Amino acid sequence: MVEKTQLLGLIILLPILGALVNGIFGAIPWKSFPRIPGTVAGVIASGCVFVAFLLACSLFSGLLGHESVQSAFEHNAFPWISVGDFRIPMQFRMDALSGILCLVVTGIGFLIHVYSISYMHDDGNPARYFTYLNLFTASMLVLILGASMPILFIGWEGVGLCSYLLIGFWFEDIEKAQAGKKAFVVNRIGDLGFLLGMFLIFANFHTLDFMELKAAMGSLSVEVGFGVLTLITLLLFVGATGKSAQIPLFVWLPDAMAGPTPVSALIHAATMVTAGVYMCCRLGFLFSLTPITSTVIAVIAVLTAFVSATIAIVQTDIKKVLAYSTVSQLGFMFLAVGVGAYTTAVFHLITHAFFKALMFLGSGSVIHAMGGEQDMRKMGGLKKYMPITYWTFVAGTLAISGIPIFAGFFSKDEILWQSFSSPLGGLPLYIGGLLTAGLTATYMGRLVCLTFLGENRSSHEVKHHLHESPLVMTIPLIILGLLATFGGFLGVPHLLGGHAIPNILEHLLEGVVPASRGEGAAALEGTLMFVSVLVACGGLYLSYWLFLVRKSQRAANQEKGVHDFLFNSYYVNEFYDLAVVKPIYKVSVFLWKVIDVIVIDGAVMLTARASAFSGKAIRRLQTGNLEHYLLSFIFGMLIILYLLLSHAF
Amino acid sequence: MMELIQTQLPNALYTMFCVFAAIAALGVVSLKNPVSAAFCLIMVLLNVSGIFAFQQANFVAAVQVLVYAGAIMVLFMFVIMLLSIESVAHDYPESKLLIIAPVILAFVFLCTMVIVLIHGHASPQQGNYTVEAIQQNGGNIRVVSEVMFSDYILPFQIVGALLMFAVVGAITLAKRRMD
Amino acid sequence: MDKIGDHYVLQALILSAVLFSIGLGGIMIRRNLIALLMCIELMLTAVNISFVSFARANHDINGQLMVFFIVTVAAAESAIGLGLLIALYRNLKEVGTAKLSALKE
Repeated sequence: MVEKTQLLGLIILLPILGALVNGIFGAIPWKSFPRIPGTVAGVIASGCVFVAFLLACSLFSGLLGHESVQSAFEHNAFPWISVGDFRIPMQFRMDALSGILCLVVTGIGFLIHVYSISYMHDDGNPARYFTYLNLFTASMLVLILGASMPILFIGWEGVGLCSYLLIGFWFEDIEKAQAGKKAFVVNRIGDLGFLLGMFLIFANFHTLDFMELKAAMGSLSVEVGFGVLTLITLLLFVGATGKSAQIPLFVWLPDAMAGPTPVSALIHAATMVTAGVYMCCRLGFLFSLTPITSTVIAVIAVLTAFVSATIAIVQTDIKKVLAYSTVSQLGFMFLAVGVGAYTTAVFHLITHAFFKALMFLGSGSVIHAMGGEQDMRKMGGLKKYMPITYWTFVAGTLAISGIPIFAGFFSKDEILWQSFSSPLGGLPLYIGGLLTAGLTATYMGRLVCLTFLGENRSSHEVKHHLHESPLVMTIPLIILGLLATFGGFLGVPHLLGGHAIPNILEHLLEGVVPASRGEGAAALEGTLMFVSVLVACGGLYLSYWLFLVRKSQRAANQEKGVHDFLFNSYYVNEFYDLAVVKPIYKVSVFLWKVIDVIVIDGAVMLTARASAFSGKAIRRLQTGNLEHYLLSFIFGMLIILYLLLSHAF
Repeated sequence: MMELIQTQLPNALYTMFCVFAAIAALGVVSLKNPVSAAFCLIMVLLNVSGIFAFQQANFVAAVQVLVYAGAIMVLFMFVIMLLSIESVAHDYPESKLLIIAPVILAFVFLCTMVIVLIHGHASPQQGNYTVEAIQQNGGNIRVVSEVMFSDYILPFQIVGALLMFAVVGAITLAKRRMD
Repeated sequence: MDKIGDHYVLQALILSAVLFSIGLGGIMIRRNLIALLMCIELMLTAVNISFVSFARANHDINGQLMVFFIVTVAAAESAIGLGLLIALYRNLKEVGTAKLSALKE
């Protein structure tokens, strides 16, 4: 009889197993036996993730069966570090929060794995791709299920590594390899903050286990002013900005689109980039004690959301639009974190995973059909050729824009409401969020108009090849489309659902993350909801009018100044290059040319010369005559004897 | 008179063993002829064996005679006979200094040890194997064998293996030509 | 404080020191490998005397067992030493230490 908690270990082990099988028998070019073909590798990888998904489902249903929603499954795999009193067991815990995310990761992960079988079919080494993808899934599960901060950090670094490997999957292209490197380096900056925060937590509370930390926090009151808790949370937030692409560390995410599109869907939209949000929610009991950090988070989040939405509106690369859109949506999630609405942040994380994965996969389908073309200016009118992709994409667009019934409406509207009504929120945050929501609808409408509607602008050759993607790719699209449409019913607000449709998510997460604090009159909530729907519809209509009726996909190009400024993402990359990279480069060159070559190498050479010289001198002592050795040996022995005896007497 | 002889004779005999051993040891070091030196060494070993016997270490005394004076010294004599005696042209160093310095060093060592020994005192932790206890338990050889085959069984085995390796090594060394 | 053991013990210990010193001196003076080996045997014997005497002084049997092991190891050592000696003689036609200066190179 297998203990149910041991399944928790199995959930993580399965993707690792898949990675091992694919890595050893598929990715490495052995001479002695043939490699497993790409399709088989994909089936193995998908199978592993699917079984993990089933296990997660069964465990999660067990979690629902418990009396109290606070309870959790724990699995202590093995003691990892044990030094004196300091112990870190390799412990995994599944409570409602990690359970939901576990389902999202394995479920969406499975769909993306299946999609990848077809997408990567023509690639040279699909087994390597699936190895990385499985490894990523395993790391992500470790991140989510880890019961203490170091375990979370293992997953944190693991997903970072896999992200690097997958962004640079086509490493023959130097630009793509550079993009991977950039993602890694920028993430490291955030990781440093995370590590420092972790150390500070340990120094102050002497534990890193989430449950124990939560118990330790229970007795603390909200921190007034800038204290150690604020410092800890700010450092942790630095880590989150790195992983979840917030200002100022968001520059890597758009470049990360160099990887295969399913990777963008899985890692850079649905799962990994939300790790920062997850971490903040997991430590919600800590963040809710520090109003200063919360304010910082909310302000940065709104800024990020707004700035990246404005950038998205002028991008011409279909994946770049989605990338900036992701940054913007992550900003929304952090806005929810910043105003203390952790449940809402998780809610938006889930719905975003649905519709953004859907849209990335849809864009992958488009790119696949266009033969690798990513420029929207050369698309148009694809609705006719690929109806399934079109309709699912429209579902995603409506969801992200916040049109009622679709998933994004509930979560985004909840965030806006919380940012307005929470004691930590306020009118400026709400207005920033609302503007961003309008921009979101606009750039998504622009994307759909330029890609699927209007007339086809592609070359004759490409047009000839246009086709709907195979079933292996469209079925995940359809499933995700349904999720993006109806996923919002997980967390219907009381205003709309009343008692008929309960807010499932809020009920589940009760006690796991701090409850939202926003409250206000129902009439006000209804009014704000109406306003945001109006803004979303307005944004969509604006894009329809601009890009379809006025056909101004080039018109924007004429406003050189603003357009260039936005198109080049506010010249942030150039600024970083000038302010950070160049000085570091100069200092490094100095260190190399002066410190290393002259000082360090000089010192090393000096010691070498000194020992050579002294060796030459001392060499004369070696006569080779046995008696001399004996004499000196006995003489030395006598001296030692006297030293010993002088202590004894 | 007889009583005096009976009490003093063992002591005199013991002192005689000691003195003879020391004189023979000097012979080992100073005699140029290897055969004479070897015979002196046999003398030393036999006298030491007598000292062991006086100290009621019967087993060790027997081993000293059988293994040392018997086997090892026969091996020495055999090798000396095998090689020509004139094989060592310069047995002593030409320089007087190289003779005087070792003698001084050795003398210093001797003085040190003697001073240490005279000022030494008995160990506070006395064992159980008094002379009477050994007599009651069946004599020295029985007690030694019992300890050897219980507490020291592993070292005993290892020493056996060591001897075998030594024999094999000696044969290989003596047989092979180094060219 | 008691002196070590009875007069047998002290006498034997001094003899042990004497034999050891003689062996030590001999090893430094002599240039003949056979003589060197014999001096080593002399020093080992001196150590044996110490072991037996201290065993007697402390009413302990372990010293005697040590002597047994030392004798065995000494036998092994002289077997190897003499084997080396013969091999050396074959090649150099002498057993003095003067020609053994390979350590320098």
